[in-house]
Amino acid sequence: MINRDNIVIRTDQLTKSFGDFTAVDHISFSVEKGEIFGFLGANGAGKTTAMRMLCGLSKPTSGEGFVAGYNIRTQARQIRKNIGYMSQKFSLYEDLKVWENIRLFGGIYGLKEDAIREKTEVLLDKLGMTQQRERLVKTLPLGWKQKLAFSVAIFHEPKIVFLDEPTGGVDPTARREFWEMIYDTADKGITVFVTTHYMDEAEYCDRVSIMVDGRIDALDTPRRLKQTFKAESMDSVFTALAETSTRQSE
Amino acid sequence: MLKYLLEKEFKQLMRNPFMPKLIMFFPLMAMLLFPWAATMTIKNVNIAIVDNSHSTVSQQLTEKIISTGYFKPASFPNSYDKALESVTYGKADVILEIPSDFEENLTKTGVSSIMISANSVDGTKGSLASSYLVSIVSDFATSIQESRSATIQSSMIDIKPYFKFNPGMDYKVFMIPALIVMLLTIICGFLPSLNIVSEKEVGTIEQINVTPISKLMFIAGKLIPYWIIGIIVISIAFAVAYFVYGLAPAGDILSVYLLSFIYILVVSDIGLIISNYSSTMQQAMFVMFFFILILILMSGLFTPVGSMPDWAQWIARFNPLKYFIIIMRSIYLKGSRLSDLLPEIYALLGFFAVFTTWAIASYRKRT
Amino acid sequence: MRQFASFVRKEFCHILRDKRTLLILLVMPVIQIILFGFAISTDIRNIKIAILDSSQDNVTSYLIRQFEANKYFSVEKLVTSQREIDELFRQNKIDMVVVFENNFSRNIVHDGKASVQLIADGSNPNTATMAVNYASSIFMDYQLKIAQNMNGAASVSQFAAESTTSDIGGTTSVAAVTSSGTVTIIPTVKMLYNPQMKAAYNFVPGVMGLILMLICTMMTSIAIVREKEHGTMEVLLVSPVKPLSIIISKTIPYLVISFINLITIILLAVFVLGVPVSGSMSWLLAISTLFIFVSLSMGMLISTLVKTQAAAMLTSGLVMMMPGMLLSGLMFPVENMPWILQFVSIFVPARWYISAVKTIMIEGSGIAFAAKEVYILLAMAAVFITASLKRFKNRLE
Repeated sequence: MINRDNIVIRTDQLTKSFGDFTAVDHISFSVEKGEIFGFLGANGAGKTTAMRMLCGLSKPTSGEGFVAGYNIRTQARQIRKNIGYMSQKFSLYEDLKVWENIRLFGGIYGLKEDAIREKTEVLLDKLGMTQQRERLVKTLPLGWKQKLAFSVAIFHEPKIVFLDEPTGGVDPTARREFWEMIYDTADKGITVFVTTHYMDEAEYCDRVSIMVDGRIDALDTPRRLKQTFKAESMDSVFTALAETSTRQSE
Repeated sequence: MLKYLLEKEFKQLMRNPFMPKLIMFFPLMAMLLFPWAATMTIKNVNIAIVDNSHSTVSQQLTEKIISTGYFKPASFPNSYDKALESVTYGKADVILEIPSDFEENLTKTGVSSIMISANSVDGTKGSLASSYLVSIVSDFATSIQESRSATIQSSMIDIKPYFKFNPGMDYKVFMIPALIVMLLTIICGFLPSLNIVSEKEVGTIEQINVTPISKLMFIAGKLIPYWIIGIIVISIAFAVAYFVYGLAPAGDILSVYLLSFIYILVVSDIGLIISNYSSTMQQAMFVMFFFILILILMSGLFTPVGSMPDWAQWIARFNPLKYFIIIMRSIYLKGSRLSDLLPEIYALLGFFAVFTTWAIASYRKRT
Repeated sequence: MRQFASFVRKEFCHILRDKRTLLILLVMPVIQIILFGFAISTDIRNIKIAILDSSQDNVTSYLIRQFEANKYFSVEKLVTSQREIDELFRQNKIDMVVVFENNFSRNIVHDGKASVQLIADGSNPNTATMAVNYASSIFMDYQLKIAQNMNGAASVSQFAAESTTSDIGGTTSVAAVTSSGTVTIIPTVKMLYNPQMKAAYNFVPGVMGLILMLICTMMTSIAIVREKEHGTMEVLLVSPVKPLSIIISKTIPYLVISFINLITIILLAVFVLGVPVSGSMSWLLAISTLFIFVSLSMGMLISTLVKTQAAAMLTSGLVMMMPGMLLSGLMFPVENMPWILQFVSIFVPARWYISAVKTIMIEGSGIAFAAKEVYILLAMAAVFITASLKRFKNRLE
């Protein structure tokens, strides 16, 4: 069913503890190339911690993980070359202009000066932000900031892009536009690993995993999950699982 | 890659409404203000003279004291108690009490007495003021003696003091090179200490951490802007020293710059290390404040290192400020050459190696 | 009131969670007291000298032995040429050179006069002056000895005067031997309030001023601006609590820390440094409270003027603290500064606080003697509080 050659993320009993607290508890899963993989869970379920380990921002306590074929323990630098990341906390430089942010990250990923210039024009045109190129990022509306941040995260054409609650706080129109960008990205063969707590968004994913108390309690396509839990929507699936939680959410 | 990081740092810096002003005006203000404030020379000591003698000699003594310029008559109270009161009010610092039989005793026996009372809450000031007064009084005695009998030989060994490097004995000249060091330490220490931690607070550091950028490159991208700021700061300071105080280095200005380049990196490293270990800007600021205060107080800037107890001198060996202050004072005032300052230069290079390595190592991409 | 209490509790939580900052806040005064009390001293000792003895006779070698035995000097090197001297100066190996002229002893015997040159490193005027003074007294000593051998007691008034400068104790009374023809004025020097000349008497009030200002002004301004920067201030302001209570609740933890520090400093001063509280303890605390208010309101004012934490820190830290340290009389006497700086120092609250603490704590005088300082601090508190309240109102409406 799963094509082994096509696997871009694989974890095996991946665990992270902070003192007595086990934030991520022996999770194992795989993600295929070009998939939109939804990573769901209540606040404090451990999704961000798990994602940070995959991005090489946090060292696993035990277990293994491979991203783009590299070991997350020992080959963090190679992994970083092959991924894009956009976090929950808005992560562009607010005191830099739109084009300056694009240029900075393009430069950091080692793109050539000319390539950066060309791609910036294309990108701004596609986002409809050509007029805004000279604006400071902090003056942009949130929806635009998020689209820009996402574009910057995939500017260097990574194999995988990690999105940590990318659509928090924006209106439904902006969210729909954002998801269109995600689909375009996946069509180009870039794997999208996305955490969210909007259940309607979960429906857009190819496959969804649901984390409860640091463990993955369910993992399948949205359709099959609904069948298994005999639920109308992903929302009910999620509620059913979340009720089993013993962990206090913040 | 470094180019893009530097571009970013400079744009952020220039766009900050506060930083460029601080970098320009703080050195200017500090250089115009500090040398005048940081002076140990005692002048204009307020003196209360209780003259119970009301005689020609006591009058002459009073005039002599005032004419030296060290003392300023605050009041001429008629009793010691009144004088003491004016000391308590802070109006006078020293009391000179001349006894009623002052002139009589001098004429008859050649011996008389006076009483000096100095407010010595500030011990240095009290003792300096009273020793000035004592020597004025003894000069006065000698001058009377000489006017009476010119034949008595005063001394056998002729002592010729000569004050090399600073013949005018100007305290400002001594302080300025060291104040430049303090200025550099404050600006190039505090600004980097806030930098990385502010990216942590805003969250942008995460975005940088997921990029393949190396630790060395990241730290270099942070250090170089402060290096350039430091060069601007010392250039302003050197210009003020020259145009306002007429102080140019007796030695080679290039060696001053060369060694400043190393020193700036040392203090910026300290700032970055603290920034790396801190989680909030407030914390970084206080840790930095704590260390800078200790470093400055134990550097020989205000008080000589040689006067500290042995344990403190041993600690001061790990104080980069101490070495750079010696370097600046030597080149500026004595014209020392690089070859004269080898121990200090080696010490600076050592600090540079250790702190840069530490700054790079303590920047953690993952937790 | 209950809401207010919960706000205060929230602020305490913030502070207690940041262990490192808290530790520094509490340890800083202790370190400062130790540094000022035991490590730093303005006394000059270990003056490094070189001797250029072109004469090499029994008188010069006697004098060299005197230098070697003197506690203020350490003879680093006997040099033979002028060039060597320059080298030693430039390498910071010596502070002074004693140069004996040729035929030193012969000149004394034949002409009754010989000369010695003291070349001091004038780049540090204090050390240079002291070095020359100490050295002169060695020569005076020798001269006195010769004079006594020659004709009992000769001209000694000079020696009497010199010795007082190097020998300042509590009360120094110099008795001098006189003979006919000489005129001597014997000075009795009395050191008021601080007979043992302890440096602590001067810096304890200074450290108190510095620490209180640091915590109240800097911490408060940062704490308020931080909430503005993070946007949480908006959340607090829409709550039913009055904005003023929110601001006051933010200052209370710092008030508490300030008092802890104040008590720490006083205890250390009394029990470790032996600096007594000569005057009224309650007035000392009252004035300190007043100063804390001035500093807190200054912190509040800064927080209304700046937008970012970094700006708050640098304003309170560099623009306020540095002049505060230099112009408050903590390290350098204000009277010696040019009038313009003396004028600026009028607006430095710490100057008045330190002066009041000296009057009450060290000199042990009554509050009447610090009335001027108290009034000035009261006026400053009034101005700062009014100004910051006004600005808060303006921003909210």
